[in-house]
Amino acid sequence: MKYIEEFQDPELARRLLDDIHATVTRPWALMEVCGGQTHTIIRHGIDQLLPDQVELIHGPGCPVCVTPLEVIDKALEIASRPDVIFCSFGDMLRVPGTGRDLFQVRSEGGDVRVVYSPLDALKIARQNPGKEVVFFGIGFETTAPPNAMTVHQARKLGIRNFSLLVSHVRVPPAIEAIMQSPSCRVQGFLAAGHVCSVMGMGEYPGLAARHRVPIVVTGFEPLDILEGVRHAVRQLERGEHTVDNAYARAVRPEGNPAAIAMLEDVFEVTDRAWRGIGVIPDSGWRLSERYREHDAEHRFSVTDITTREPAECRSGEVLQGLIKPNQCEAFGTTCTPRNPLGATMVSSEGACAAYYLYRRLDLTPVRATDPIARTAPLEASPVV
Amino acid sequence: MSETTTLDVTGWTCPAPLRDRPRVVMGHGGGGALSAELVQHLFAPAFGGEVLAQMGDAAAVTLGGARLAFSTDSYVVRPLFFPGGDIGDLAVNGTVNDLAMAGARAAYLSCGFILEEGVEMSVVARVARSMGAAARAAGVEIATGDTKVVETGHGDGIYVNTAGIGLIPDGVDLRAQRVVPGDVVIVSGEIGLHGVAIMSVREGLEFGVDIESDCAALGGLVEAMLAVTSDLHVLRDPTRGGVAAALNEIAAASGTGVVLQEGKVPIPDPVANACAILGLDPLYVANEGKLVAFVPREHADAVLDAMRAHPLGRRAAVIGEAVESHPGLVVARTGLGGTRVVDLPLGEQLPRIC
Amino acid sequence: MCLAVPGRVVEIAEENGTRMATVDFGGVVKEVCLEYLPDLQVGEYAIVHVGFALQRLDEESAKQTLELFAQLGMLQEEFGDPWEQAAEAGGAPWPFEDDESDTVADPAVVGPVDGGHVSREARQ
Repeated sequence: MKYIEEFQDPELARRLLDDIHATVTRPWALMEVCGGQTHTIIRHGIDQLLPDQVELIHGPGCPVCVTPLEVIDKALEIASRPDVIFCSFGDMLRVPGTGRDLFQVRSEGGDVRVVYSPLDALKIARQNPGKEVVFFGIGFETTAPPNAMTVHQARKLGIRNFSLLVSHVRVPPAIEAIMQSPSCRVQGFLAAGHVCSVMGMGEYPGLAARHRVPIVVTGFEPLDILEGVRHAVRQLERGEHTVDNAYARAVRPEGNPAAIAMLEDVFEVTDRAWRGIGVIPDSGWRLSERYREHDAEHRFSVTDITTREPAECRSGEVLQGLIKPNQCEAFGTTCTPRNPLGATMVSSEGACAAYYLYRRLDLTPVRATDPIARTAPLEASPVV
Repeated sequence: MSETTTLDVTGWTCPAPLRDRPRVVMGHGGGGALSAELVQHLFAPAFGGEVLAQMGDAAAVTLGGARLAFSTDSYVVRPLFFPGGDIGDLAVNGTVNDLAMAGARAAYLSCGFILEEGVEMSVVARVARSMGAAARAAGVEIATGDTKVVETGHGDGIYVNTAGIGLIPDGVDLRAQRVVPGDVVIVSGEIGLHGVAIMSVREGLEFGVDIESDCAALGGLVEAMLAVTSDLHVLRDPTRGGVAAALNEIAAASGTGVVLQEGKVPIPDPVANACAILGLDPLYVANEGKLVAFVPREHADAVLDAMRAHPLGRRAAVIGEAVESHPGLVVARTGLGGTRVVDLPLGEQLPRIC
Repeated sequence: MCLAVPGRVVEIAEENGTRMATVDFGGVVKEVCLEYLPDLQVGEYAIVHVGFALQRLDEESAKQTLELFAQLGMLQEEFGDPWEQAAEAGGAPWPFEDDESDTVADPAVVGPVDGGHVSREARQ
């Protein structure tokens, strides 16, 4: 058992698809919450293999994309300082703040480094005692424990030149916010499996019951996605709304208690803005008072940087499945994968970026059952 | 969690667009869209000239009645020494391969060194010996050169530039513009080895993996292919930007679409797994000893056989074809039967966490 | 959120008071922090994200899931072949005739695909 190839098997995928096709009788709109799941769906073309009636709405679960402009501006400011080595996950470098991105800072002389793990940044801090080393701590509940452990270690080992610029986000408040929107079209959720590997499933029964939506904890290989869809469709067809675990090999109901304990020690819950979406109450983590010394926002006095996100794009509506990307005026004009406005264009798998690619191909998965698509069909368009 | 959250959809906003970059960023050297724009919008208008407009790996020029392939490339690889190669054999093989992609056997190379003050002489010697060995193996002579030294901190130890010329055989005309729908796309072997080998020793990413760079000179393999037919349409060595960039460039220049059968692309397990960990796509990872060929359908079998009979083409495989539809775009058919667009990368590929 | 990959523990060691493991991801080896799975043993698989093992993978559960998938088809015989319908209805318009590309050259030369590898042996 390698836990990868086995869950990509085309023959088993066919069986799962057969089952979904045989089960579905009417249109359902499901949201896969996690950007990793969106990646699998696009990478394998899974959306094209599902029945027409099953619409997948790509959720806000790409931590890089939802990092608010204001935090990126803080990162740019800190990374520009000559005494700073700024470390980040690679995909954060190309996300634009106001007027520039971390690549640009690097081209202007900033020491910006890509690392695989926050522990690598801690190592750089030990090797460069004369420099301030800052790690850009973004991510959901999966990435928060590694970042928490790193700052915990820095404090324990007395590595004073290490600090964390934190912009962590939490999934359940985002689901809550999406469901509370009056215009929400989402009827079922594929919950992010690796978030649940850490946090367990305790927060979901309440959500499922309150909003009468099935929530299926779902993994990341193609068969996992199909199994998540199968569970959600089955529940919807039966009028059920419970929490299923379709990723049992990696998710225990209680999650990872050691990681949860560390999160509670290092972080405290806070309101957090999501790029292109706005503030969602209680949807983020910041460093707790105890770790203030390692909080980059305070160390570098950037707490006063506030950036308003000008009203141009409509990625919030796209994320909710309210409009198709091409119904936004900025789509393909002022907003492209090269110059993204909102979260959905920043990520290469974001709904807008994916649409942009498929629009060029005129393969856009327009669905006859989709009322939006019916009223605003895509024209064939030349290569942009 | 707040129970009173209401999303005001009309208030959802996002930031102003990022305009064109006022400074050079790393992506301008990444072999993707940024590199292409730099050449097309800055260099080409400044230089003028018809030959440059060919935009191939090497320029094909006629001089004194002879058809020559002419190419140059600079090497700034870090670290200087990596599993399976170093900056020296890379600098020789890279330019030899650029000439080979025009159908030419490299004859003479020049080399320019930019050395950083303080670099150890033994390191320079090791690189030089490696260049000599690679040149002998490729049957090319390093005929002229130049050395400059820059102050400490102004270079990465050693930068190398090589340029080369070689004769293009009669009847050979390799250009993306010759690609027509129906052409068969062949790759000469397993992809991603060079890029993953380099990444495995790059600071901040280090991982253990039992593979080496595929750095090799492809002149012999190309000769074997041309011996089957001189009517190959285009060859490209998928270096920076990988197979994805090479196919996109050819699709754009030829005005045909390219369809890739994803499951048929030979990807070694360690490459696939390293990419899985880092969130990279093997199609975008650099190679240094591979080529992609667009071959007329009637010659495809014979060319494939000839490639497989050559040591550098043993794992050659048909991976797709040129098509009439979706001109300029590369589309992959996935193992499950879906499709996806394989876009031109913007700049360098970055490890993802998401 | 979260590119996390299954890997197998091959060695465990203390490093600066931190429990670290050498983890094998199918031929790719990385150092991984075990602080969140302190009882993980050599030979076991875990989900690893940015250098941290976050959850143990349960082989029994994985096998059960795959068996369930394998059995699904048995129940569907009576519905005809919805896959074919799906390929037509849900699939993207494909620019050339189905499977034509499999015959661009001699199919035997192309060979079957096994985990991304083109099998040369299949020629014989």
